[in-house]
Amino acid sequence: MTFSPELEKRFAEMAAKYPEGRQKACLIPMLMYAQDEVGHMTEELKEEVAKRLNISVLEVNEVVGYYTMMRKKRMGETHLQICTNISCLLWDGDQLWERACQKLGIGHNEVTADGKISLEEVECIGACSWAPAIQVNYDFQHHVTPEQLDKLIDDLRKA
Amino acid sequence: MADPVTFTVNGKSLQAPAGTLVIDACKRAGIEIPAFCYYEGLALQAACRMCLVEVEKAPKLLASCTLPVAEGMVVQTESPVVVQARKSMLEFLLTNHPLDCPVCDKGGECELQDMSFRYGAGESRFTEMKHHVDEKQWSPVVYFDAPRCILCYRCVRICDEGLGVKALGVTNRGAYSEITPNKGDHLDCDECGACIDICPVGALTSGIYRYQTRPWEMEHTGTICSHCGDGCKTTLGVKNDEILRGNNRDRSGINGEFLCIKGRYAFDYVSHSERLQSPLLRSGGKLEEVSWSKALAHVAQRFGEIKASGGRFGVIGGEHSTNEENYYLQKFARAGLGTPNIDHRRSGDVPALLDALHGRQGALATVDDLYNAKGVLIIGVDLAQQHPLLAFQTRADSRHHQAKVFTVTEGPVREDKVAVRKVRAAAADQLDAVKSLGEDLKAAGELVVLFGDSIQGAAVGELVAFLDSLGVPAKYICLVDYSNSRGACDMGLLPHLGPGYQAAAQTGMSMAEMLADPSLDALWVVGANPLAGAALASQKAFVVVQDMFLTETAQRADVVLPSASAYEKAGTVTNTCGQVQRLRKAISVMGAKADLDIFGLLARGMNLDLGRAVPDQVFEEIRASVHGYNVPLPVIATGGAAMADPVHGRIQAAAQAHVIQSARDTLFTSGSWSRYSKTLNVVLEAPGELYKP
Repeated sequence: MTFSPELEKRFAEMAAKYPEGRQKACLIPMLMYAQDEVGHMTEELKEEVAKRLNISVLEVNEVVGYYTMMRKKRMGETHLQICTNISCLLWDGDQLWERACQKLGIGHNEVTADGKISLEEVECIGACSWAPAIQVNYDFQHHVTPEQLDKLIDDLRKA
Repeated sequence: MADPVTFTVNGKSLQAPAGTLVIDACKRAGIEIPAFCYYEGLALQAACRMCLVEVEKAPKLLASCTLPVAEGMVVQTESPVVVQARKSMLEFLLTNHPLDCPVCDKGGECELQDMSFRYGAGESRFTEMKHHVDEKQWSPVVYFDAPRCILCYRCVRICDEGLGVKALGVTNRGAYSEITPNKGDHLDCDECGACIDICPVGALTSGIYRYQTRPWEMEHTGTICSHCGDGCKTTLGVKNDEILRGNNRDRSGINGEFLCIKGRYAFDYVSHSERLQSPLLRSGGKLEEVSWSKALAHVAQRFGEIKASGGRFGVIGGEHSTNEENYYLQKFARAGLGTPNIDHRRSGDVPALLDALHGRQGALATVDDLYNAKGVLIIGVDLAQQHPLLAFQTRADSRHHQAKVFTVTEGPVREDKVAVRKVRAAAADQLDAVKSLGEDLKAAGELVVLFGDSIQGAAVGELVAFLDSLGVPAKYICLVDYSNSRGACDMGLLPHLGPGYQAAAQTGMSMAEMLADPSLDALWVVGANPLAGAALASQKAFVVVQDMFLTETAQRADVVLPSASAYEKAGTVTNTCGQVQRLRKAISVMGAKADLDIFGLLARGMNLDLGRAVPDQVFEEIRASVHGYNVPLPVIATGGAAMADPVHGRIQAAAQAHVIQSARDTLFTSGSWSRYSKTLNVVLEAPGELYKP
């Protein structure tokens, strides 16, 4: 499969950073950047990465299977991640989660029918000082109130 | 750093070399620390947490399998905290375990069972639903039952490190982690079954053995695998005269616990439905079943007549027959029938190597030498396909001792992965290719050289002379195809050489000449199939064949005598390195007789005095008369391997050109026997390609 010229450039730069024979170490960043472009871990993507790093597809699957951030199926254009781990829970993060589920009519790791939004209940995202926190694609939102969540979802629906 | 290191375990002061792991140091001192994932020879994993010990001044329990001993270290292996930790670990391992021991193949020899009895809590606080996954079949020989798995990674490591295949991995996470094969839902691998045997629980089970028996219902017989020339010990599990499994979990023998698909599963040819169980005699153009006495009497009478009339005999011996049988056969031919025409199918130029090494001591490498060598030079052979044990040893040598491996082969081979130099050359150019490696070989400092049929005749001498000129100490292995191909040479199944490579009184015809001789009066073939791909020129020849199956050669026979397989008889065999090991009888098959018994009966029928045809007695004669075979009996008798070093003086070269060609078997073929082993034929990888493009 082919990637965009920008991504190819990025891969080439990355590979040069590791000592000869250790290119396998590029696996995780390569998968993440490729996922950003492709959307999720397709069989084709895994095969391509395996081929480029001279490892087996099984070795790629071992890594993909382990990390939840490596998506096994296609997610929404916007991926909404709500933390319900201890710090956020103390600040009603679980209620944010319930609210989002009800509003969107979907659950954990599910996508809306129009493919715009997907939801994921995540463990600690390292934003405890600003709990409750949510993550919209790669962006953090801190001290989220139910009203802010509603507005965010409405905006995303309109977009 | 102090060396040796002094430390204390359970109040006892101990010493161990610096760098020793606590678990090993304790084991040597007789203190057992339980572990699942720690496995001798494999990379450290520290996954199972069974080996946790209490170390003074350490804030928590430490895994003794990855903890090197340190000066003044104080360790407790049986303190209440450690005992409780083990109980908790076992309780944790058993949360999703189905506890189906009564139907599990591993029941009775399961490490999880043993550990639970010895260290476990006996009770579980886990009352939730267990996470269940259905059993999967990955290949005809490998089944996987995920809930039983304790994720020790032994199978993953043996396949990657030991076999160099990397067919297994672990996907997903936590309680959902699962061993996964390389092709998603099935395996593409050597099908060796090492993962099954190394599994401490019943997660990986064998398609051949599963649900056949309980381990304690079998008799176990340690004998030598009957296939390739590496001479692996395989311990056969037998019930009611049926072989149910082969493995070598006790690590006896030169192979440790290594076995390939043939050693572990391909014993099944012995119970193939086409196995001959009655002698056949040609009458009216057709082979018909007759009694042993009638068949033997007929052969004795015809041999007697042909001998009396001065007829021409041809005798072809086998590469799977025991040393005793081969020795007795050549004696029968030369002294009994009075013919010099004796040969076998030759797959490696052993006489040329022994000639080139004349006058040296210890110039032949053992399987163990290969593991310890600083350098390994592989010439003209796909070791992983043709000599799996030697390939395993080479990989282990590279992994454990950082050996420098050189490959000089026609195409890519698996050993390339561990090689410092790999050279591609056609068979005829391989000697020159070796010479081009000169300086690198010198740098290795020490070599074990393995060569196949691409180096033969004068080239062998040239190779030895070249390595001598480099000044690198070298030991050699001349690779031959089958379980006793080497023994067939040593015992004098050669037209120009007798036992121990003494020049024969009279040079006879080679195998090719016998087949091409239109005036041959009798052809006696024992455990060989020369007519597969060749014709017998003589129409009048009286052909006697001793074999297990109606092979191409047996179909041409006038009398076929059903012979016993290597698993049905006693005797000794010599592996490709020259190591002599003893076969032990595991089963009896009705109607078949060991070749040696048949020789004895024929000798009696012909009134020949060739000595008693009893394995022990013939072996005594071999020890007394064959140079290099005066091996220590206790070593052989206790299942060990003794090096037969027949190197003495110059060896007379063959007067006439002869064919030396390896059959180039793969992991999934074994000469004429391939077709009779169900296992070798049902795996997807069969027939297996040599030199995959």
